[in-house]
Amino acid sequence: MAEVNGAVDRKEMKVIIFQLMDKEYAIEVDVVEAIEKLLPITKVPKTPSYVKGVINLRGVVTPIVDLRERFGLEVKSLDDSSRIIIVSLDEFEVGLIVDAANDVIDIPVDSIEPQPEVVGAVESEFISGVAKIDKRLLVMLNLEKVLQPIKRMTSDEL
Amino acid sequence: MDTNQYLEMFLDESKEHLQACNEHLLELEKNPDDLAIVNEVFRSAHTLKGMSATMGYEDIADLTHKMENVLDAIRNSKISVTTEILDVVFKAVDYLEEMVFDIEAGGTGKKDVQQLVNALNQIEAGQAVTSSVEETAASIITIEPSKTNNASMLHYDDYEMTVISQSQEQGFNAFEVTIGLRQDCLLKAARVFMIFEILEKSGEIIKSKPNVEQLENEDFDEEFTVVLLTKEDAASLEAKVMKVSEVESVNVYPITDFSNSESNQSEEDTLTQVPAEKAKIESAKEEPSSNKSKRTTNSHNANKTIRVNIDRLDILMNLFEELVIDRGRLQSIASDLHNSDLNETVERMTRVSGDLQNIILNMRMIPVETVFNRFPKMVRQLARDLDKKVNLEITGAETELDRTVIDEIGDPLVHLIRNALDHGIETPAERKAKGKPEEGTVSLRAYHSGNHVFIELEDDGAGVNKERVLKKAIERGIVTEEIAETLTERQIAELILASGFSTAEKITDVSGRGVGLDVVKSTIESLGGYITIDSKEGQGSLFQVQLPLTLSIISVMLVNLNKDIYAIPLSSIIETAIIQTSDILNAHNQKVIDFRGSIVPLVDLKGIFEMDNLHQSEEYQSVVIVRKGDKLAGLVVDSFIGQQEIVLKSLGNYLQSVFAISGATILGNGQVALIVDCNSLIK
Repeated sequence: MAEVNGAVDRKEMKVIIFQLMDKEYAIEVDVVEAIEKLLPITKVPKTPSYVKGVINLRGVVTPIVDLRERFGLEVKSLDDSSRIIIVSLDEFEVGLIVDAANDVIDIPVDSIEPQPEVVGAVESEFISGVAKIDKRLLVMLNLEKVLQPIKRMTSDEL
Repeated sequence: MDTNQYLEMFLDESKEHLQACNEHLLELEKNPDDLAIVNEVFRSAHTLKGMSATMGYEDIADLTHKMENVLDAIRNSKISVTTEILDVVFKAVDYLEEMVFDIEAGGTGKKDVQQLVNALNQIEAGQAVTSSVEETAASIITIEPSKTNNASMLHYDDYEMTVISQSQEQGFNAFEVTIGLRQDCLLKAARVFMIFEILEKSGEIIKSKPNVEQLENEDFDEEFTVVLLTKEDAASLEAKVMKVSEVESVNVYPITDFSNSESNQSEEDTLTQVPAEKAKIESAKEEPSSNKSKRTTNSHNANKTIRVNIDRLDILMNLFEELVIDRGRLQSIASDLHNSDLNETVERMTRVSGDLQNIILNMRMIPVETVFNRFPKMVRQLARDLDKKVNLEITGAETELDRTVIDEIGDPLVHLIRNALDHGIETPAERKAKGKPEEGTVSLRAYHSGNHVFIELEDDGAGVNKERVLKKAIERGIVTEEIAETLTERQIAELILASGFSTAEKITDVSGRGVGLDVVKSTIESLGGYITIDSKEGQGSLFQVQLPLTLSIISVMLVNLNKDIYAIPLSSIIETAIIQTSDILNAHNQKVIDFRGSIVPLVDLKGIFEMDNLHQSEEYQSVVIVRKGDKLAGLVVDSFIGQQEIVLKSLGNYLQSVFAISGATILGNGQVALIVDCNSLIK
């Protein structure tokens, strides 16, 4: 994520921390528009399974992505602690379904390190680095990679 | 003062004048002897020159000046109108357009016009031409002699009188210049500014009535007066001020009240000059001034209009869309509550908002003329490039379309016209051999029909060569030979719209640009329209484009698929039907029904959308018959909900081109419903 990398000259950055499975992830607060409780989702046919559909976000039709499925993690049905984090990138807004959104903290920029190779797995390409704050390990997300626009798949041609 | 705030006005007016030039030049080409048309062109060019000089765009002013000289020579019958001369003049107008667009895009409006200026000079010098701008400008002034003898209308204090008499001693003339603006002048302050700018170049303004502040606040009626010290004479001042648009009259009175010998002298000078000027122009004046008075009365009769920024209309539209969503919500609440008072109020509100919707949509409508008016020149140029004779007939240019559609429709139409000229119309020799008139005819028509606007392009050219099209389509793998045999004439003609198809045998730079007509087709379909071709070999082709009136609010039929609600645009629906499952036939693994005598393929929407089929074996099935062009299909749905006006919303850039979904809308209960794109369901 360009914003994260471009923030080197600042000493601290504000991030929003959310949870998926047992891991904590962080995205910079600047790109977050809102954090919503679950809203009724309308399914959109013939899209990748991690696209859960679209919601009516105050009059704007906003697509919703389930981050668990996007990362190939075990799928869990939504519950009361589930949240939709609305992020705004250059071209579009997308809502991300996460297990829980915990808090907002300042982290020192120099605490972010490139991701260790051991992380491996599918999700590694979506990660721009990890930050160690006290005993917590925060995974910094590369949103540009996570949210590549969905183009029509060739198999969709009749 | 900064000229920036007048830039927009300058751009608008420049474009209008350039368009007028184009139109009149085309007319002139048809009637080379009609000098009245030359006068019209001249007037437009002249205004443009004045405006651009005021705004500081010297290149535009230079070029228009040269163009004016040539026009003047034509007008005075010193040179005669030929196609070659018109070519150069057209080129000049093209250059001017480019410069104006450059300014609009934030550029400097500079362009190397030397070559063109030379060409214009050559034409002009071809005959001995003496053109004087002042002279020609004067010809459009209506001098009111009765007023020239009026005494000073202003009151001067001692200081001002001293200044005036001192400057008169130094050889300056003092004038009271009374300027009348047209009654329908919109930005009076801007005109005042332009006039001041001009006058200040010629001399010094020492007084104005009303004062400058009032003038800037437009705190005056149509007339204002300034006192100017200058070395120029009255006639040239008048001429210069008249160059500013929307100036109705200019009267210059010498100030002589506190006379001394010098001022008497200068008064005599100007007095003798004015009648001389008048005599010179009297003959020339007649025609233009009668035109002018005609035009002013026209503009008085015309409706009053204001220019509104399109952004504001967009905001209004967005707000109204919110209102439509809430209206839907109210309707569904009212139908649940069964309260007669509430129902009545909701009904009233629905009616009023319906009217409001019509008005808002109408405000966004502009005539297709804005797109069509660039075609005559384009056709003329193309016909010359291709050595063909073509007559373009335009009808229905006043037909109105939503601005968003207008913005998009230009390029596809250009493409179709280029195609018609390049591939449709034959060369004069070929046409003669076929017994057709040498001049080909291309008709461009626009008209309303129902909720749609049709734009048709018809040519009397060669038509689509079916064998060649079929051969090519098979070569390119667009159709197989087996399918090819079953195609109807129209279907064959429509193959030229398929992607990967281009019939030109040799690539010309007119329409063989590697982009085929498929781009036209996809643009039109993205606007929610259709294109069809009707072609008779040897007799010509008819391209028909059907466009929706508006893109933002549409009528749909809401249907259920499992628990989800989908919207099908009413414009695609022929009718709805409930059929018995036993009536469904099988043809080549394709379910079809016999619908009013024709075989209509069934499309299982739930299957297409990969949904679980919860209502498999029912006795009856709900079917929505939709069409694309003249092809039909039956969409199988679970149940019908009803008809509703909805606001079209895009799915955004994250979900790009979802199959068979053209957008979304928000229903009365706040839920999102997807809109089915019938076009992509029918091949």
